[in-house]
Amino acid sequence: MVSPVGNDVPTSWKNVCAGQSGIAPIDRFDATDYNTRIGGAVKDLDLEPYLSSKEARKLDAFIHYGLVAAQQAVDDSGLEQFEKLDRERVGVAIGSGIGGIEYIEKNVIQMHESGPRKVSPFFVPASVINMISGNAAIRFGYQGPNIAIVTACTTGTHNIGYAARTIAYGDADVMLAGGSEMATTRTSIAGFSSARALSTRNDEPEKASRPWDKGRDGFVLSDGAGVVVLEELEHAKARGATIYGEVLGFGMSDDAHHITAPPSNGDGAARSMRNAIRDAGLNPEDVDYINAHGTSTQVGDVAEVAAVKSVFGAHAEKLAMSSTKSVTGHLLGAAGAVEAIFSMLAVKEGVLPPTINLDNPDEGCDLDFVPHTSRQSDARVALSNSFGFGGTNGTLIVGRYED
Amino acid sequence: MSTVEERVKKIVCEQLGVKEAEVQNTSSFVEDLGADSLDTVELVMALEEEFETEIPDEEAEKLGTVQDAIDYIVSHT
Repeated sequence: MVSPVGNDVPTSWKNVCAGQSGIAPIDRFDATDYNTRIGGAVKDLDLEPYLSSKEARKLDAFIHYGLVAAQQAVDDSGLEQFEKLDRERVGVAIGSGIGGIEYIEKNVIQMHESGPRKVSPFFVPASVINMISGNAAIRFGYQGPNIAIVTACTTGTHNIGYAARTIAYGDADVMLAGGSEMATTRTSIAGFSSARALSTRNDEPEKASRPWDKGRDGFVLSDGAGVVVLEELEHAKARGATIYGEVLGFGMSDDAHHITAPPSNGDGAARSMRNAIRDAGLNPEDVDYINAHGTSTQVGDVAEVAAVKSVFGAHAEKLAMSSTKSVTGHLLGAAGAVEAIFSMLAVKEGVLPPTINLDNPDEGCDLDFVPHTSRQSDARVALSNSFGFGGTNGTLIVGRYED
Repeated sequence: MSTVEERVKKIVCEQLGVKEAEVQNTSSFVEDLGADSLDTVELVMALEEEFETEIPDEEAEKLGTVQDAIDYIVSHT
């Protein structure tokens, strides 16, 4: 994992649990003229152990982050030490919401100023979205299914859910899955800003992402990547793998309502959660913890609460639901992936990460949001939501693994 | 002021990620220095920028070695 709060899983998880915000003034470009001048950048990432400078130059930063996360996941899994690994049975599903927008910006400027002959031959392979999956396949020799699902802020969740199904369907034994994003660029911040989606709390960056709080004023755009190794259970056991948890269910739906806003009753989100619960063969009461989409927007936060109430009924009052975006900001296409990892760690380690900055819960926002500080818990089943532009919804359910 | 040869070699090192000691005048970009077809296109673009010249595609295709590039630059700038 690469995130605004750490460049590996242990560091990111520690900071998320400590409520240590990763939001700061934008320093990747001069944001003086912008209404929003804050973001969740990745800090001090040393690419050298992962990519040569020659390789790095030919790839947009979203691919750097994706490959770093993929390498970390593969290293941690011990797959490369498994001599009997059948690489034709290992696939990759790592997407991005936006892709190589920084590389696109640079080349558009270059073309505008100096003409079409000055567009880099690496422009296309450096910026199209399936090139994390493509480069990962080359790097590791994984010859199985190779795909990159692109569904805005639901990207990470959809790639992991799809990858789990690819294994369940029998098309692969192992899948590298997740999402990556590096979209805190000039054009992208400008576009989200024009859409009035971003917080403008520029003077208090660490307080800008405040899901369900009365003072929320939009989300904070962040960068990073999350990649997991999903593996068929018997395959994992046979090679003595460390099993962090189990993917129990996956659900999808669409709002069929508006390009950027959900309906206020959260109908599409509710259907996504119901589909995941049914896929898992669970009852709503079995879900202990929800890692919310919870981006800190006016409409979205309320709609998700309404959706949870409609799916869980009285149990909504008993379960805990927090938004780790309060700490990390919104990693768009990487969000679902890093949040799936946080959800998995929550049930593995029995710690619920907090929703920070929740000083004054908004009207109707009356669930147990694990405000301010993390909490010990015996949660065994966690549900992770992602909702994206286009009304696309995805829900993963993960559980503690017990042999 | 560096010579054309030094400047060409510096760009080759930067573009192809190779060490100066590996770059001989006789080195072939593809066979000796590990360039692929995209690398060679970008290398030519970098040479164009450094020497403020334009190398037509049909000429660029003929630049197989470091010496080819040096010769082209010397005779066209």
